[in-house]
Order: sequence, then C-alpha cells, then structure tokens
Amino acid sequence: MIEPLDQRTPPMTPQLALRVAVIGGVALVLFALIFFRLWFLQVLSGSDYVAAAQTNITRPIAFAAERGEILSSNGTALVTSTPVPAVEIAPPDLPTPLTSENFQASISSDAGLFHRLAKVLEMSTKPQKCKYTVYGGVNGPVSYYPKLAKIPCLVTQSIANEAYANVTIKTDVSTDVQDYLAERQVDFPGVISQDTYQRTYPEGPLGAQMFGTLGPITLAEFDSEKKGGVFKGAAETDMVGQTGLEYEYDQYLLGTDGADRVKVNADNEFEGYGKTKAAVAGDNLETSIDVQLQRVGERALAKSIELNAGKGADGGAFVAIDPENGQIYAMGSNPTYEPRLLAHPITQKTYNKDFRDNKGKPLVNRAIQTPLPDGSTFKVITATAALESGVWTAMEPFYDNGQFCGPGESSTAVPDTCLHNSGDASYGEVDLQRAIQVSDDVYFYHLGYLLNADPSTHPNGGALQSWARQFGIGEPTGVDLPSESSGTLPTPKLFVALYKEERECDTASGEYSYTNGQGEVSSKDLPGYHRSPTHPVKIFEDQIISGGCGIASTPAWGYGDNVNTAVGQGDVQVTPLQLAVVYSALANSNGAVVTPHIGESIVQPSNGEVLRKIDPAPKRYLHINPNYRDSILAGLHAAAQQQGGTSDDVMGNFPLPVYGKTGTAQEGTAEQIATNTESDTAWYACFVPASATVKRPIVIVVSVEKGGFGDVAAAPVAREMLSQWFYGKPGAYKTGSSPDT
Amino acid sequence: MSTSPIQRSEEPAVQMRTQLLRIDPLLLLAAVGLSLCSFVTLRGAGFHSYADKQALYCAFGLLLALLITRFDYTVLREYRYVFYGLGILLNLAVFAFPSIKGAHSWIPLPGFQFESSEFGKLLLIVSASAFAVERSRRLSERRTLARVMLLALLPAMLVMAQSNLGTALVYVTIGCAILFFLGTGWRQLAALALLFAVAAVIVLVGAPALGFHLLHGYQQQRLTTFINPPSSCNPSTDPICYQLHESLIAIGSGQKTGLGAAGATQAAYGFLPVPQSDFIFAVLGETYGFAGAAVVISLYALLIWRSLVILTMAKNLFGTLVAGGVLATFMFQIFLNIGMTIGIMPVAGVTLPLLSYGGSSVIVTFLAIGLLESIHVQASMASSGKARVLIV
Repeated sequence: MIEPLDQRTPPMTPQLALRVAVIGGVALVLFALIFFRLWFLQVLSGSDYVAAAQTNITRPIAFAAERGEILSSNGTALVTSTPVPAVEIAPPDLPTPLTSENFQASISSDAGLFHRLAKVLEMSTKPQKCKYTVYGGVNGPVSYYPKLAKIPCLVTQSIANEAYANVTIKTDVSTDVQDYLAERQVDFPGVISQDTYQRTYPEGPLGAQMFGTLGPITLAEFDSEKKGGVFKGAAETDMVGQTGLEYEYDQYLLGTDGADRVKVNADNEFEGYGKTKAAVAGDNLETSIDVQLQRVGERALAKSIELNAGKGADGGAFVAIDPENGQIYAMGSNPTYEPRLLAHPITQKTYNKDFRDNKGKPLVNRAIQTPLPDGSTFKVITATAALESGVWTAMEPFYDNGQFCGPGESSTAVPDTCLHNSGDASYGEVDLQRAIQVSDDVYFYHLGYLLNADPSTHPNGGALQSWARQFGIGEPTGVDLPSESSGTLPTPKLFVALYKEERECDTASGEYSYTNGQGEVSSKDLPGYHRSPTHPVKIFEDQIISGGCGIASTPAWGYGDNVNTAVGQGDVQVTPLQLAVVYSALANSNGAVVTPHIGESIVQPSNGEVLRKIDPAPKRYLHINPNYRDSILAGLHAAAQQQGGTSDDVMGNFPLPVYGKTGTAQEGTAEQIATNTESDTAWYACFVPASATVKRPIVIVVSVEKGGFGDVAAAPVAREMLSQWFYGKPGAYKTGSSPDT
Repeated sequence: MSTSPIQRSEEPAVQMRTQLLRIDPLLLLAAVGLSLCSFVTLRGAGFHSYADKQALYCAFGLLLALLITRFDYTVLREYRYVFYGLGILLNLAVFAFPSIKGAHSWIPLPGFQFESSEFGKLLLIVSASAFAVERSRRLSERRTLARVMLLALLPAMLVMAQSNLGTALVYVTIGCAILFFLGTGWRQLAALALLFAVAAVIVLVGAPALGFHLLHGYQQQRLTTFINPPSSCNPSTDPICYQLHESLIAIGSGQKTGLGAAGATQAAYGFLPVPQSDFIFAVLGETYGFAGAAVVISLYALLIWRSLVILTMAKNLFGTLVAGGVLATFMFQIFLNIGMTIGIMPVAGVTLPLLSYGGSSVIVTFLAIGLLESIHVQASMASSGKARVLIV
C-alpha cells in the first residue's frame, strides 16, 4: 500500500530532534529568565513596590497643626487657636496648575471649576474689579486691576503675594459642604476641604501689636527657612507668624502638620480614607506679661491720649520691665486694633480703611518701632557722662541764670540766640541732684557743651555719645520681637552721612536721580520712574534716617548739636523700650544693661514640660562709680517725690520710693517751635528698685505723642501702672501739671 | 474509505471512548488549569462580568476542542485554499466595520466581538502547514522559503494595517516556525534572520530618519521603551513608560504570596492599563504574588512541553508543522506578554493565551489545543495500529 506523502509514520528525523531540542532549550532559558526576574521583582525588591503602590493610591491632604498658645505670666491664654471648617484651593493641583509664572495668563482656564465652587459655597460669581500687586519685578511693584469673580480674585491675589500657601476661599463652611466637596474630588480638583485653625484672642485687642499677626508663608520666607531661618519646619502651605511674638517664636508655636490620606484611583477619584497622620500641636509660649498690668497700662494710656487730644495727642506707648532680668511685664501701643479682624482674610479695602495711616498706623508697635527724641529723660545719661568723664562733679555748684549762651551767642541779639529753660525759669545755684529734680535745662546744656569733643578727631562723638552707646542708645535692645528700631544717636559721622543724603536728595543725583513716586528711588532711569524724587527711608549703620528731603542743613557738627543731645532733643531718637533699658541699668546696682524679653519659656502643652527657658544674658555691665550713681538716683527720687520735683504732684504720695524723670521733647519744624505750635512728645521714665520692695522691682516708661508735658500726659499712666503692680489696683487717675521739658 | 478489518474492529461508541482516552491528559490539564487561573484572577480583581463571560468562553472552547479530537486533523489539508482565503477575507472584512480605540480588529456579531486576526492565526497555521507539506521535497529551493514566508506576510500586512502589530508579528512567527520544523536549511534560516534584522533597522531607524513612519508613533514608542527600561524613562510624560511602570509596581507589590483580592489596588483602582487582557499577568502578580505567578508559569511550561512532545509524535509532517505553528504561537505570546509585564520585552500588545480575557482569543486557543489533541490521538492510534499490525 502506497500511502500519500504525509501519511507515513512520524518523520522523527535527527534533524527534527535537534530542532525540537533547540526550541526546548530556548523555552527553558526564557522560563528561567522570567523566574529570576519575578524573584527579583517580587521577593527581593517587593517592599519598594509596595511603597510605590501606596504612593500611587494615596493623596496626602495636609492639615495644619493646632498652633501653640501664647500665655500670660500666670498661665492664662492671651492668644489661642480654635478649629474652623474651611475650603481652600491648592493652586498647583488645579486642572491648569497655577504658578507665580503663569497665573496671570491661566487664571481663567479653570473658570468653570471656580464657578461651580462658588455655587456650592454660595459666593459671588460676578466679575468685579480685582486689584493685585506683583512685587519683585525690575520695575518695582506693579498693580493690576482685572475683572474677576471672587474666587479667582482670591487665588490671584494670593499667588501674586508670592504665597506658596493654599488659598483659603471660605471659612466656617458647614460640614455638609465639606463632605460634599471631599467626596467629589474629581469634580473639584485642587479644592481642599478641611478644618483649619484660626487665632482667637480671649483678651480682645490687648497687646495686639506685641502678639502679632499670621499670614501665609511667602516664597522668600520658605526659601529662608531652608537656610535655618525663623520658619524652621514650616510647610509650603502653612500660615506663619508675620509680626510680633507670632513671628519670633514661629518655629515653636507652629507644630507639625498632619495629613489625611485619601485613597484615589487612577482618575484621581475618591475611593476611601487611608491612615491619618496626626498633627503635632505647636508648643505654648509662656510670657512674662502680667494681664492686669497690661490692661491697666492700655486703659491709662488711652485715657491720657483722650484727655490730651486737645493738644493733638494721637498715639503713645508704654513698657514695664523687670530691671534685673529684662522680663517685660507689659508693653502697649496706641492706637491699637482688633486682632480678630486679621485672623480672617480681609480685603485690601478694609485693610486700607482700618489699618493704615488714617487710623494712626495701629499695626505699628510704638514701644519698639517708633523712636522719638526722649527729651529730659536723656539727662541721666548726660549726668553719668559728665561725672564719669570728670567735666563736672556731683556737688559742684552751677549758677543757672535762666539761659545758656554758647560762644558768640547773645540773649540781647534779635532774635535771641541763647537757649532757655522751659517756661523761662531760672533756678539759681543748683547741684546735680537739684538739676535733675527740677529738670534744669540750662545746667544740662552746659554739661553738653563741656562734653562736646572735636568732631575732626572724634567722628563718633565724645564721652556723651560713648556713654549713650553703653546705655544702649542707637542699637536694638535685642528684645524678642521682630522689626525693632535702633533709634538714632547723633554723631559727627552721622551728620556727614545725613548731609550726603540730603545733597543727593536735593540735587536729585546719585541714588536719588529717579523715583517712582512711591518713595522708591533709583540711580537709573527705569520705566515708571521720573526725576524730582522724594527722600526715602534710608538705613545708615542700622539706624533709620526717616524720610523726606530736609534731613540735614549742614555736614558740620557744632557744640550746639551736643547741647541738644544732652537734653534728648535734636536728632536723638529713642524707643520707649530702649529708655526702659537705660533706666534699668541705673536701677541695677551692678549696672546690668539687660536684654528685655517677653518670652519666658517654651512649654509642651500636653505635659507642661519646659522645652526651652528663655533667659538672655545682660548685654553688658556699666561701671558707674557708686557715688555718682547715688547722686543721680537722689536726683531722680527728688524729681518724683520731693517738693519741687517735676513729677512730685503725680508720684509724691506714692507709698514706695519712686525714681522718675519726666521728659517733654519738642517735635516739629523750626517754624512750629518758633511759634510755639509744635507738638511735644510727653515722656516719663521711672522705677521702684528691688531694695525698696518685697515684690519684683519695676521700670516703667511711657510716651505720649503730641501729649505735651511729661508730667501731664505720661507720668499719670506710669502712676496707674505702679499702683496696679504693687497694690493690685490702679487707683484714681492723677494728672500732673509740671511744665518740664 | 478503507475496508481494512483492523481499522474496523471497533464499534464507533467504543472508538469514541478510546479516542478520548488517547488524548493527552497533561495538555488538557494545562489548558483547563490556565482557564481556572484566568477566572480566579478576573474575579479577584473585581471584574466579575469579565470572569463569568470568560468561563463561558472557556467552556465553549473546551467543548470545541474535545469535538475536534474526534476528527483526524489530516483532512484539513484538503481545505488549505479555503482556510487561507477565509483568513484573508476575515482580515479584510474588519475594515468594513467601525474601528474601536483606533483599531480595525473586530467584526461586531450579536453579543460577541469577533476578532478576525485571532482566527486568522489558526487558519494560517493550517493552510501554511499544508502548503509547506506539498513543498517538503523541494526544501533546498529558496522559492519554498519565499512562498511560505509570503503566505504569512500577506495576512500579517493586513493585520498591521488593522493597527495590531503584535498579532502581525505572531503571523510572521508562524511562518518562520513552519519553515523551521519543515527542515529548512540553517543557512537559509540565517539569511532570513538577517533579512528581518535589516528590515527592523530600516523600519525603526532608517525610515523615520528619512521621514517615513512605517509604524504608528505609539508602536515605535513601545519598541523603543523596551530598549530604555522604565527606570530610565519618565512615567508622567511617556504613556508607554507609565504602563510598564504601573505593571512593575503591581507585580512587585504582590511580593511572595500576593496582596489578595481585598488588598490589591493597582488593578482595582485603574492604575494598570487593560488589566483584564494585556496586563492580566500584572494583576495575577499583584493579587497572588510570586506563588500565583509560579503556578501559572508552571502550567505554561506544561503546555509548551506537551506541545513539543506532540510535535515529535505527530503521525505525519502536516501534524508536526501544525503543532510547530501552534507551539510557536503559544511561546511567542506567552514570553512576549509576560516579558512585557515584567519589563524585559517590548510592549507589543499580544494577549496571554487562556489568561487574558477575550472570547476570540480563548476560543482560538482551545481550537489550537483541540488540534494538538487530535494530533496526539491520531499519533497514538497510528502507533497502536502499527503495533497491532506488527503483532498480527
């Protein structure tokens, strides 16, 4: 039987066997490859892929930790945090991610999303003028006014402000709305619905400037944080302290953000909740603030300003510190503001209306940020310099005939070129104690004259400037608050620098060639800039030289400048806190120039454990001859509590020994001073030393701008505070009448 | 019909039973085992409707396979022109229907998407094997090689035009495998390999450089992404890279014993591309871990081993070539698909036989299994017949 070709028995030739073996071998090798690869993937590196899978399906939604509280000296809360439900937008997570580069062009890309969100939140969808300002360009800040609905406007303003942070769209939303949004992530990408903490202020406006404000962290702040700045540990989305203690102690108060982990699928749709990373609440800041004293101080200051409003009184400040260790018991600034208004996002309009110049700049902490000539309160420094340098002795008599005329000056000239006592008084023969008691200007003019050093050999001034510097004039006290002013100490060198600025300003040359009309100047002709500039704020050797052309008329330093300085007039500028440190140094028998501080300790809220003690060392110790110091203290005591003393009518009957000095600093243009229409800053600086009381000693400094005489406007505030401090009640408000300068 | 008393010695019912007894139980075990794995994997990933349909397809496919074992596959040789023509026709017909996801691969039947190119594979195996058998005496002629390759290339081009590069490559592989088992000389095979290498270089490098894009952008990308493994590509901008990346995450996170149906997320949450089909091995790896993958791979090893054995036992050259074609199809798809999911092969878009969800694929695979079983039954009947002849 002949079978067809393919019907024969299996053609298992050696050739086929070889080929089958080849294929079998290939299959074996491939299977081995797959096995090894799987072993590597699943057994050797499986845990890495488990982590990657978790990353795939979880979206952390950071939520802010509860910010630590700021506590008073007896532990009551001054600033605290309460949770409020909020809806936020994370600009980088929007369908069209917004950055500081593209937001102006791309803000409308997600108009539909913003519109839907506005409907859910019952917010306005009507486009309205939306002002925002872009900073940091080569041409300076530029403002834009596009028409935008509420939500895109908020987002735009936030990004323009270089804020990294999530944009809070609405707070106090209902939990229904929160849940609705949380479960519709796919419809509302980039919208975050979570609780946020808001600052609350149990004491209302009390100490507002001292505690400070919060704001979203800016790009610059976030970058500085990486270099170990004050915002250590802050996340890109955090609210951080911008001013005051909130700024200074941000890294402690902030806490560590927690995160909700939401499970999502590949389309970013909500699938469920994952494990939550708990937030770690910020630590509490215990301060040395005495609430009662703070309250009495603020009330008394406000009362003084009100009583002296007729003279134009419109602001002031006080500080009360422990002279021995620098603890600040109270620090107030008037006008003040309601800090709760700034705990919510506010509009530029509201801000302009309530927080700017027209309301007396309530955000400014005048106790540390407004340096002013301190008038006669400066005389203690002059006295120290005179005694220590030997130009005068404590008992050496001086005949005060009511005028001080320098070389070539005459009281008979028209106009009179001599200087006179306040109220044209003449005190006859006086020694140092008497001169301080009655605040004899002529006496101190004379000392200023004697203390003047040759400007060509002493560009930094003579003994007066040297002692002023040792007392801390012209340098920050180092208080634990940001943006502290250094004040100004006049020296020949400063005059030369001021005059150079003046010349450039007057001739519109150098840096002052061009201005944009907003106080910013440039040496180059930039777009938006023009000639005829105004003088801006300029910093010279850490001292702020305030704005406006006309800051100096001559580069030459004359004895008259030293005479002015000796009585705290002219170019001397001192903050109330600096003055408190000066009087502390006198109150301390060891001459300690303390570093004032509000913070006492950082405390863990859960168990009260003290994490950090805040106890800065004194900056230096003054070595004043004890005899000289006794003479000065005797003068201060006589001034406060002896017949004829400048503040005897206010302090005289206070049961404890008070050492106090009034000051009335002439403020105003030469023309105003000539016509007696100038506004004087009222000052009072006093202390009750440790030796006189079983309670803690206290130094109090009060300033009232345009308040008139120190005894009239400032001393009564100090008296109220002393009463409160030592006897627990302010007592009746006692106004003085001494016309001291 | 032959009237040999030896062949007529058994009654049809008995013959049917013995035929069933003569099938290769291990091959059947592999096929049924893989079908079960597919069902379990699809259920585990939460694709219940896919799993149920897949079970239905498997059952239907199994029935067809058992039916085929009753027939002598050799008769198929007679219909080689019909089969080849049918293959071409089916692959042309898809162009008359709207494309799905940019690919003309399906003919929509009521309740079933008929994938022509899948059936084309089997039609090509049978018809090309039949043609090859005819030319088995002129093996040394280059024309033999050229004709068989042309037979494979013609439908391969059609499939490529359907935007289905992976299946087109399967067709080419079938052609090569038939030539290989036909006994084509090594030198000719080497020349063929060189030709393919040159063609690949031209398609992937030469032509795009001159401005001719013979492959779709994504096809080119798939092949080059393999060359640049996922660690060196960016999953957030490169979709192919993303697929590989997600596949590796799914498989790797399965670890030794898998995350279980409740713990697996990458497939359930939609991170894996086409998890029920092309990337089902990643689903398996995530859900059942190395252990599950090992079971499936062992079953595939069994499948390939039995195919090789059946290839060697075939009673005639036609059987050898058909078995070779089926074997090559299996090997190509298994290694390419699994290799793709674990990042050692390019993303070519072929299904994993019996594991991937898909009616056409499953039924065609079972038909192929049926053919293998038929070869086995015929071989064992022939050998036992021979034995009896020898005894008698």
